[in-house]
Amino acid sequence: MGDKTLTRMDLSEAVFREVGLSRNESAQLVESVLQHVSDALSGGETVKISSFGTFSVRDKAARIGRNPKTGDEVPIHPRRVLTFRPSHLMKDRVAAGNGH
Amino acid sequence: MIRSELIEKIAGENPHLYQRDVEKIVNTIFEEIIEALARGDRVELRGFGAFSVKKRDARVGRNPRTGEAVQVEEKAVPFFKTGKLLRDRLNGKEA
Repeated sequence: MGDKTLTRMDLSEAVFREVGLSRNESAQLVESVLQHVSDALSGGETVKISSFGTFSVRDKAARIGRNPKTGDEVPIHPRRVLTFRPSHLMKDRVAAGNGH
Repeated sequence: MIRSELIEKIAGENPHLYQRDVEKIVNTIFEEIIEALARGDRVELRGFGAFSVKKRDARVGRNPRTGEAVQVEEKAVPFFKTGKLLRDRLNGKEA
């Protein structure tokens, strides 16, 4: 298994290599893609990228939580969480690439 | 929002780029993430979130239709953890 961590820089490097824009513009475009996905999700929209996966926003109800260290009860407020569901293609490629 | 709508938005903001280049840019970004995970690497996008690979142990599963026990092999699955900034934005806290 690899143990590298890729960042925005690696994604912009790939755009630079594949599309042939300047490094600076490639970096801006990566940022703008992430920004548009974030904006849609923040507005409560589902983002579905075919053959990659689906990001969706779910509402979680309020509940009583517990501080695991002290055992104290603490209220957990209702909140929105993001879930990512990988596509079949992504699941298959990740499984195959990691020796399964 | 779907992939083609994302492409349209980026194209709208970048009238100097060919549509096919915008498609290539968006596709390259998602493809690069899948390739990294397929190698067992992580992709960490500060503020947005991090993609990683989690190992699921082998287990005995059950065919839900027949109730029959089946051996499920160990496998690697993609995982996404939302970044703090995005999690806050979802809850109306603009940084």
